[in-house]
Amino acid sequence: MTFLTQVSWSPYAVGVGIGILSWLSFLILKKPLGCSTSFAKTSGMIERFFRGPDVGLKPYYQKIKLDIDWQWMLVLGIVFGAFFSAMLSGDFAFQWVPALWLSAFGNTPVLRLLTAVVGGIFLGFGSRWADGCTSGHGISGALQLAVSSWISAIAFFVSGILTALFLFRIIAG
Amino acid sequence: MAENKKFMNKQTWSPLAWGFVFGIVFGFLLQKGGVTKYDVILGQLLLTDFTVVKIILTAILTGMIGIYAMKSLGWVELSVKPGSWGMNGIGGLIFGVGFALLGYCPGTIAGAIGNGYLDGLVGGLAGIWIGSGMFAALYPKLRSGILQKGYFGDVTLPKLLKVNDWVVVIPAAILIAALLVWIEMAGL
Repeated sequence: MTFLTQVSWSPYAVGVGIGILSWLSFLILKKPLGCSTSFAKTSGMIERFFRGPDVGLKPYYQKIKLDIDWQWMLVLGIVFGAFFSAMLSGDFAFQWVPALWLSAFGNTPVLRLLTAVVGGIFLGFGSRWADGCTSGHGISGALQLAVSSWISAIAFFVSGILTALFLFRIIAG
Repeated sequence: MAENKKFMNKQTWSPLAWGFVFGIVFGFLLQKGGVTKYDVILGQLLLTDFTVVKIILTAILTGMIGIYAMKSLGWVELSVKPGSWGMNGIGGLIFGVGFALLGYCPGTIAGAIGNGYLDGLVGGLAGIWIGSGMFAALYPKLRSGILQKGYFGDVTLPKLLKVNDWVVVIPAAILIAALLVWIEMAGL
């Protein structure tokens, strides 16, 4: 069982594992894996907690339903799965500033945090707009050869590459 | 009646438990693949580290062959999201900006939190909730306008080309495999 304590696996082994997980998801739950809608549900549930039940009447929340469904549990499970994996290999560490950020922008935790918030806003807004994320479109939809998902996945990466190059090669460069 | 209630309970409880178990496996795989790390995701977007593309393409290859085989056998049905150019094209471009600024996506940020990365837990998570809430507020204005521009519905490539599934699946599988071999041979 030494493979469980390895820090990393071959990306091909990981990819095959995720592919097989998608088979099981279709077979057992009749639905593909997806992550981003769960964040929108949580956002709506938090807003409903503070502003009352009328929040649930917003057309978007009528559409996605503010409940805890299996995909919400999937996202919660990811936190635990990653935690177990990191603990088993000794790769768990509390960290504010990633190494790559450190090398380009120095030890600037506040700047990193603000960028993460702004990035999160774009990510949350964009995944709702596109109706999916790297999991729902990039993997689950793409493997079904869905046209909507291939367009989304290509757009994710084109825009992500341009933004990353701008950030690291022009601003920090 | 009691029997029926027990059955109902099983029906509502079981998908949640399956979701949680699948999530644990998914998170374990993502962490072992290194994609819970900002450096690996940004490495991909800066085109210096191809781990993300290797994982995604291998997952698509494995998943596609299995799902289409099970579809041919009548075991599963596809679940394709309807879309439009306005929805997927523009939404995808907005998503990409966030992907690069945050350095995690909605799935991998959950993994990053499990890995102990506080920029994800404190900054990214709050941002995703705010962005999702903003979309929910704007949705009534967007849904019959820009989100419908260039609508094409829930089509797959085989349906679009009006051919048998395998006419697309087999060349797509060969293309993805060739791309992976090329990436490996290029030393990326």
